[in-house]
Amino acid sequence: MDLGQLLAIVVGAIFVSNFVLARFLGLCPFVGVSKDSESALGMGMAVIFVMTMASLVTWFVYNYVLVPLEITYLRTIAFILVIAALVQFVEMVIEKTSPTLHKSLGIYLPLITTNCAVLGVAVVNVDSFMATGLSRNASFIYTIVHGFAAGLGFTLALILMAAIRERLDLIDVPKSMRGIPITFIVAGLMAIAFLGFSGLKIG
Amino acid sequence: MSAFKELTKGLYKENPVFRLALGLCPALAVSTSVKNALGMGAAATFVLLGSNIVISLLGKIIPAKVRIPCFVVVIASFVTIVELVMGAYLPELAKSLGIFIPLIVVNCIILGRAEAFASKNGLWLSIMDGIGMGLGFTFAIVLIGAIREILGDGKLFGYMVLGPDFQPVLIMILAPGAFITIGLLMGYFNILDAKVKRRAEAAEAAAANARGGR
Repeated sequence: MDLGQLLAIVVGAIFVSNFVLARFLGLCPFVGVSKDSESALGMGMAVIFVMTMASLVTWFVYNYVLVPLEITYLRTIAFILVIAALVQFVEMVIEKTSPTLHKSLGIYLPLITTNCAVLGVAVVNVDSFMATGLSRNASFIYTIVHGFAAGLGFTLALILMAAIRERLDLIDVPKSMRGIPITFIVAGLMAIAFLGFSGLKIG
Repeated sequence: MSAFKELTKGLYKENPVFRLALGLCPALAVSTSVKNALGMGAAATFVLLGSNIVISLLGKIIPAKVRIPCFVVVIASFVTIVELVMGAYLPELAKSLGIFIPLIVVNCIILGRAEAFASKNGLWLSIMDGIGMGLGFTFAIVLIGAIREILGDGKLFGYMVLGPDFQPVLIMILAPGAFITIGLLMGYFNILDAKVKRRAEAAEAAAANARGGR
């Protein structure tokens, strides 16, 4: 494990293979919750939190349950259950401990269970850090950092899109393209911009 | 008749991708070629059919409060079957679909049909609904895949269709092409929809005139 590698993971997850614009994960909330920047920020924070937690929990499940029992082929079932339980648990804890935070994040949490970005980050973590023969410590740190950075990348794309869509409200878009279609065209243009990062090499 | 309606509604009227904006992630991610799109469509249709059958049979036994986790377990089991079978018999396809096979679990079409249709309807209608919605998804993803493969590679199913002089538009194979293709397709479907509605209204007005004139 070295810092260069960590930096490469962070930059990679935020810019080069952005979860929304390059990997096509989490498109439903990306289209659904990007109408104004305030709710985009709320959703983004909730996703960062859940993605980091999910990376942490699925690392333990994978290394201490699935691998010792030799049932790694059941990872899809195990992960989706753990993530659903985690989201429910997080919602209950936040509701009890911080009503203000619950008020601002609460409505987004149930949506996150079906967000493919969360299960996606767990599966990507397994494929790129856990099943590749890295040492346990290294894979643990990489996994958590990658989960956090992937959440950041999702939030970045979501907030950028929300800001653009607020401007789009003032523009005379052809009737048939209003709403979701024009959002996809904008996402396409943003993806072209993000393609520019793919030449980036670190470490 | 109504079973036939359940079968065909997924193709256009309630097309999951273009009309309901569900299942967008796999529709964009694996539609780089028609072959991948067909593989994904078949996998999702199988899972949808299987989960619809099981859930319509269990619908009355599952307590309402824990139904979502139960649905998810059923769906995840079928996804695991697809994952293992595809890995064993079609390793190349499994490799190019990558993480989007396990991610069929969170495809909102499947959970949506379980919740909105299969848990409330009988076995026969649920089978029809599963096949219809699966075909609708496959149709959408294959359409996107065909457009992207022809423009981005000049090929269809790996065969040259546009001749050797065609300069491939590389961006269509890359991520931006997927977004732009689906945006334009959705806009086109909106135009079609408006046209159908206008025609229905015109027909109604004409009928009303005819009645008034008599």
